[in-house]
Amino acid sequence: MNRDVERHKLFNRRSVMLLSGQAVLFSALVGRMYYLQVLESERYKTLAEANRINLRLLPPPRGQIVDRFGIPVASNQKNYRVLLIPEDTLDVAATLDSLGEIIALGPGERRRILRDVRRNRSFVPVTLRENLEWPEVARIEVNAPDLPGVMIDVGQSRNYPYGNDLAHVLGYVAAVSPKDLTGDPLLELPGFRIGKAGVERVHDMALRGSSGSSQVEVNAYGRVIRELERKEGQAGAEVQLSIDMELQRFTRERLGDESASVVVLDVRNGDVLTMVSSPSFDPNGFNRGLSSTEWQSLVTNPRTPLINKAISGRYAPGSTFKMCVLLAALEKGVITPRSQVFCRGYTELGDARFHCWKKHGHGLMNAQEAMVQSCDVYFYEIAKRTGIERIAAMGKRFGFGAKLEVDLPGEKAGLIPTPKWKRGALDAPWHKGETLIVGIGQGYLLVTPLQLAVMTARMANGGFAVVPRLTRSVSQDGVRMERPEDTFESLNLPPRHMEIIRNAMVYVVNSPRGTAYKSRITEPGQEMAGKTGTVQVRRISKTERETGVRKNQDLPWKERDHALFVGYAPIENPRYAISVVVEHGGGGSKAAAPIARDILVEAQRRGSAGAVIPASTPRLVDPVRASSEE
Amino acid sequence: MIEDSLNPPKFTIAQKLLNIHWFFVFLICLTVAIGIAMLYSAANGSFQPWASRQLVRFGVGFLAMIAVALIDIRIWLRFAYVLYGLSLVLLVLVEFMGFVGMGAQRWLDLGYFNLQPSELMKITLVLALARYFHGLTMEGVAQLTRLILPLIMVFVPTGLVLRQPDLGTALMLIMASGALFFVAGVRLWKFALVIVLSLIATPVGWQFLHDYQKRRILTFLNPEADPLGAGYHIIQSKIALGSGGVLGKGFMQGTQGHLNFLPEMQTDFIFTMLAEEFGLVGGLGLLALYALLLLFGGIIAMRTNNQFGRLVAFGVTMTFFLYVFINIAMVMGLIPVVGVPLPLISYGGTAMMTLLIGFGLLIGIWVHRDVTIGRRGGDEI
Repeated sequence: MNRDVERHKLFNRRSVMLLSGQAVLFSALVGRMYYLQVLESERYKTLAEANRINLRLLPPPRGQIVDRFGIPVASNQKNYRVLLIPEDTLDVAATLDSLGEIIALGPGERRRILRDVRRNRSFVPVTLRENLEWPEVARIEVNAPDLPGVMIDVGQSRNYPYGNDLAHVLGYVAAVSPKDLTGDPLLELPGFRIGKAGVERVHDMALRGSSGSSQVEVNAYGRVIRELERKEGQAGAEVQLSIDMELQRFTRERLGDESASVVVLDVRNGDVLTMVSSPSFDPNGFNRGLSSTEWQSLVTNPRTPLINKAISGRYAPGSTFKMCVLLAALEKGVITPRSQVFCRGYTELGDARFHCWKKHGHGLMNAQEAMVQSCDVYFYEIAKRTGIERIAAMGKRFGFGAKLEVDLPGEKAGLIPTPKWKRGALDAPWHKGETLIVGIGQGYLLVTPLQLAVMTARMANGGFAVVPRLTRSVSQDGVRMERPEDTFESLNLPPRHMEIIRNAMVYVVNSPRGTAYKSRITEPGQEMAGKTGTVQVRRISKTERETGVRKNQDLPWKERDHALFVGYAPIENPRYAISVVVEHGGGGSKAAAPIARDILVEAQRRGSAGAVIPASTPRLVDPVRASSEE
Repeated sequence: MIEDSLNPPKFTIAQKLLNIHWFFVFLICLTVAIGIAMLYSAANGSFQPWASRQLVRFGVGFLAMIAVALIDIRIWLRFAYVLYGLSLVLLVLVEFMGFVGMGAQRWLDLGYFNLQPSELMKITLVLALARYFHGLTMEGVAQLTRLILPLIMVFVPTGLVLRQPDLGTALMLIMASGALFFVAGVRLWKFALVIVLSLIATPVGWQFLHDYQKRRILTFLNPEADPLGAGYHIIQSKIALGSGGVLGKGFMQGTQGHLNFLPEMQTDFIFTMLAEEFGLVGGLGLLALYALLLLFGGIIAMRTNNQFGRLVAFGVTMTFFLYVFINIAMVMGLIPVVGVPLPLISYGGTAMMTLLIGFGLLIGIWVHRDVTIGRRGGDEI
């Protein structure tokens, strides 16, 4: 028994040791609990909330774009989708069979649906079809009892009701690409579209609006248990353009398939009434997503439908630049309106011979006749006397050589060459002959159709530096934010000189000797003034000149001349300035002037610039009164 | 042997019932009641499917516990090796006939219920070792050769359990046995030797671990490295615990548990749910309850006048402690996830049965605390 007492004592001693060990380990548990539940509690509370609360973004409806009369040109349309929640139906295949009897479901679509059903958790809705027609929606709703788990969902998609009529101005929206991501979670929403070109891109932030949010409680599998809080977003702003949509449409239809562009401006305030680049494309396709063949045909088309030629196309202005040359010469005083130059078909400078477009010459020319008949020799002569610096400065005053900062991406600055530019860019000295070439609007000169229209507007309004304006207002929640009114600076040209220019332009169209006489407007009070231009895109060799210059219709399309026309109407109190450029169209008088005439007739018939619209009145000194005060 | 004449050889049933440590029984019932409440919460406020079944199991187990308590301690001594042998046979059977649950082969289908022989082994190994050491004198314990047989008794079932593979149970068998060796009087330097040897053997043993066991250990060392995979359980468990704070989110208000972020909250992670809903206060309360049960277990062991009873009592207490500690340390991210339930609280029949039978033995030992038993088994004469 003593032995057991001994064993018992040893047992008790060691038991106490082990029990103490247990107590120590329990204290470790208590310490850990204290650490987790007291010291680190706040952090874990945040983590638990992050676990359970999911923030869902509610995408705002994109703002409308309307024309100057409020006609929507870009809006949202309801996109009906049919969805299936797999867990709400017993047999997905059977449900698809019954749905297939109501709306068309191809075998490929079916495979995609079944794949999506397999990939997602059973409470995640799977899109069966998008862009349903209304009758299809109605048929599904009527048959709803036979279609367990099938539901209709209404989304929004961008719609351009005028299709390709205004495509280059509006641009388009498309899915967000990785390089667009800015960290704004809205951009990461599936199906979200952002402006990728044109006004849609320039005003993207305003049109986009701000997203709402919905806080939902979710479980570990992501299933929504309940909504905790909801914040509505703000719809995108409405953008009003200065475009007259009907005139725009008329213009685009008038251009047909030509590779051409037309800009119509209100000469008093710079409102862009029409801006067409042809051929065009359908911006709805970009929203929907283009097939690769559609994309290929757009990209490889030699007439470049994706480029907005009105602001991105650069052309030599040809004879349409002669007004600037004449004004520069008059301003420098190297000629008077009465000064005469004899045209024998060419002029010589050193060894080089510069040809007039009229082989045997125009004879004696004064300023007005030289303009009306577009005599090249006259302009070689006055350009030589004026010098390149003065001509370039005059060109810049009329808006060439720099961006006009119209609200569109991709605008080009064009080029007004000067000796300084040539030294910098080409590392070569300026030749006097180049001044002569610039005198007839060729050589290094590059201008955009928009710049041509702006030049014309500045001439028509008596020398005020209007700038083109595409956006009239941006309205958010009914609050209209007008673009601040422009006050246009005077170009400080003597009204006398402006009068000479305008008279010359009137005679170009309305004198029987004028190059655009066939395209005159005969309607009293709506007469047009203007200037034609024909720009060679190839070099005419000496032998060809001797054997006779080939006619445009004998040449391949790519080698034909560009046809240009700039003009304004009416003659008294001008309102509309227009520029027309037809790529490889042939002569300006034949290919461009008739288009300008038709559009200006339509514009005056519609009275789009004068129609009563809630807009700013131009702060512009009446050019007629200004000139009569002289 | 005059004292022995004072030793009452037999009690009547009524005497035995009177002698039962009823406060201890009350503590057990209290703990189980908490468990039932947590299972009710885990089912989002429903007795189905867990709470009601757990209640039935406890009813059956409770009767078994009382029955075990009333059986004379000497009968357990007599059948200790037999029971151990049976458990071993069942463990072998599980190798061939068992079915796989949760990635391991642990269960025997016995028609009415599934039996997990490794759980039985936790008790029968204690009984067998207790009987062996009961028969050894102090000098015997000191002899190295006398330790070979008990070591074999430990390592054979441990090896079988490891093959299933069930790391948690294997560890518990080793540690409970080690505790028994220790309180039986095995010299400390021998333990030191074993520890040093096993440290040397660790790299070798690592290769015998299953990939999922290795992954669990690695995940334990750095749970954040794989937040959606294997580390997910530990991270979510810590979030649940921590977000519970001092006072908890309230009964049935635990977001982590009720939104399914907590894995297996009705079984291994039920302590997390309790601590999320009742906070530090609730967790400490349960810990105190366990500490009280362990304290009584220790007192019963030390208060017993026969070595067999002492060893069994201590073995059961140690096993109970290991359940509690491993589970709670695991859900708090102190040790790897080894799949040990929280005793008396987690949903599950086998562990409940094991524990209640163990507690039955403990209570029986208390009832028979003054019985002395000779080294060969019978009354000391």
